[in-house]
Amino acid sequence: MTQSHPDAPSSSVSFSKTRTLSVLVENSPGVLARVSSLFSRRGYNIDSLAVGPTENPNFSRMTIVINVEDHALEQVIAQLDKLINVISITELDPVISVQRELLLVKVSTDEKTRSQVLETVQLFRAKVVDVAQDAVTIEATGNTEKISALLRVLEPYGILELIQSGLVAMSRGLKPGSISEDKK
Amino acid sequence: MSESIKMTGASALVKALEASGVDVMFGIPGGAILPAYDPIFDSKIRHILVRHEQGAGHAATGYAQATGRTGVCIATSGPGATNLVTPLADAQMDSVPMVAITGQVASGAIGTDAFQEADIRGITMPITKHSFLVTKPEDIARSVAEAFHIASTGRPGAVLVDIAKDALQMQTEFNFPKNIDLGGYKPKLEAAPEAIRDAAALIAQSKAPVLYVGGGAIKAEAHRELLKLAELTGAPVVTTLMARGAFPDSHPQHLGMPGMHGTVAAVTALQKADLLITLGARFDDRVTGKLSTFAPGAKIIHADIDPAEIGKNRRADVALIGDLKLTIDALIPALKSEFKKNQPDISAWLTQAYGWRKRFPLGYDHPTDGSVSPQYVIERIGKMSGPDAIYVAGVGQHQMWASQFISYEKPRTWLNSGGLGTMGYAVPAAMGAKVGAPDTTVWAIDGDGCFQMTNQELVTCALNNIPIKVAVINNESLGMVRQWQTLFYNERYSNTELHSKRIPDFAKLADAMGCVGLTCDSTKDVDKIIAQAMEINDRPVVVDFSVHRDAMVWPMVAAGTSNDDIVNARSLAPIWDSQEL
Repeated sequence: MTQSHPDAPSSSVSFSKTRTLSVLVENSPGVLARVSSLFSRRGYNIDSLAVGPTENPNFSRMTIVINVEDHALEQVIAQLDKLINVISITELDPVISVQRELLLVKVSTDEKTRSQVLETVQLFRAKVVDVAQDAVTIEATGNTEKISALLRVLEPYGILELIQSGLVAMSRGLKPGSISEDKK
Repeated sequence: MSESIKMTGASALVKALEASGVDVMFGIPGGAILPAYDPIFDSKIRHILVRHEQGAGHAATGYAQATGRTGVCIATSGPGATNLVTPLADAQMDSVPMVAITGQVASGAIGTDAFQEADIRGITMPITKHSFLVTKPEDIARSVAEAFHIASTGRPGAVLVDIAKDALQMQTEFNFPKNIDLGGYKPKLEAAPEAIRDAAALIAQSKAPVLYVGGGAIKAEAHRELLKLAELTGAPVVTTLMARGAFPDSHPQHLGMPGMHGTVAAVTALQKADLLITLGARFDDRVTGKLSTFAPGAKIIHADIDPAEIGKNRRADVALIGDLKLTIDALIPALKSEFKKNQPDISAWLTQAYGWRKRFPLGYDHPTDGSVSPQYVIERIGKMSGPDAIYVAGVGQHQMWASQFISYEKPRTWLNSGGLGTMGYAVPAAMGAKVGAPDTTVWAIDGDGCFQMTNQELVTCALNNIPIKVAVINNESLGMVRQWQTLFYNERYSNTELHSKRIPDFAKLADAMGCVGLTCDSTKDVDKIIAQAMEINDRPVVVDFSVHRDAMVWPMVAAGTSNDDIVNARSLAPIWDSQEL
């Protein structure tokens, strides 16, 4: 069972590009629903959304990856900012931020291909987390490009199952985008 | 320090409403909200028992629109709450400050599909400014305080507070916060000084400016400042459907309403302008027509308190994000100093714009068959009741005629459902307006279709001494839809015939609801019957004005077309001087 990679570039995109928003929200019920409902109502497509706790239990951080034009990005940020539970929004430039996603992928192997797959795992600094008769399960973390590249290499062996987390990201250096930051 | 006394959550709710300055609320009790109705019984807050929750919601909106205060409605869980969905969406679209309190099933039963359970917080998320689900008694007072703060500040809007029944029943200490500090909600009130300077510079360069005024001018109580700014610039002014009354109709700089049924002068001035000074307006599709062809030569100054409005529909050259009153206050001195350096000559533009107004005035014909013209009825109501009365319209042809043929001189004298376009708005909203302004004459200008959606609130009016006046502009059809069928569907009148001259008998219906019912079906009686209605102040009055059914609203920019293609009467485009095209 082989599938095309979800990060494959879409052909409909004109001048849009992938943006990463780091959104600090109150850790209260319904916040995720508000954010996702806003995106769906306004017709913005989410590439990925990851949410989790922060160093302060009162807040959660969402990392939202979207593919939009500059003008639309301003609207997304302005509309998000209108949500009462949204504290701050920062756009993370990939150059000055650390961006990671987690991949778990089960690849079909036989005696012939297993060593080639293991070599690939090493090259990408990934890990084998489970080995079965006809398959290995690989864990990898990295930025979107690395994960995509790994998947491209593994695809010919036969991807049996695949799951990816959303991207999580953090700015480099001294805490811009921290909780004390004023609303954008 | 906040005061703390032990009481039930229900008492805390009522005490918090009192502390928030509520003097009246509209609602209906039911199971989940019942604990709250016990302390309401003893409260100084006037509770008006309506006949349908939708009526409570629109009444809260009418009250808020007429007074500028936050309107309050209250309902029980499940169907009580879902009946508030339309008024919440309506208030949110028109930026009306409203707080809705709903009961919810007990916290332990939430999520079990309990009797009368509906996830009203989830349902209303996309149609409110914010919504709370309160499951602990100690959170009630704070949530109410925050709800009023959110509803009434920044860009006003609708806020829902859904409270679980057990939270209302349990004991708690009353903790009403003196100051509200919401980390994620800090409306920006003052526009950036450099943006003010940029705006002043643009105005000083403009040869053909227009002040494009929206409902925000009324919300911000900025009408005095607006008048000063208009007279300082000398520019023509247009007021949108939501802004009628923000700038006097009698003022020589006023070109009227822009948009789908706006005046030729207002629509054309926006199209030909080189600068739109946009004040609390949002480039709604009913104003812009086909967006890509709207005001093609105009630079845009966009003043709004909501940053998300900037660039949403039309890119702004200068954005003035802040409270409109403060923004204009800051803009006036900046503009004066700019004008000292360079006062542009806009006289040619004014001649042109005022020429359009003179050549293409609003008008209507009396029907040739002797039946009554609906525009005439509405015009006479406006003339005889004057600019101090409050006029509340439903949605449709009568709404457009009421916006066109009544002269508005003051803010908060014209109430209607602009954004959501809610048929059935007029009667309950007029009720709320009359409660908020009891000494003012309040006319609901309603259609026969709209009237049949919410007229049961006349019972509420009759029982609670709320003597509104209702003019039913009875063309026995869903008139605006019928107009579109006439123009765009080959006169195929699918399901727009209401037969309301036959059934129901509106005068008898009014009588049955404790109102005075009058009928009028001839032009010569119109003044006499309006006068008769105006003399009755101890009960609501309903006048069934039987009018010509084929009357249409003109001018018109057909949906999705360019404002350049405005038609000022059927198949009659304005004839322009060649140099204007």
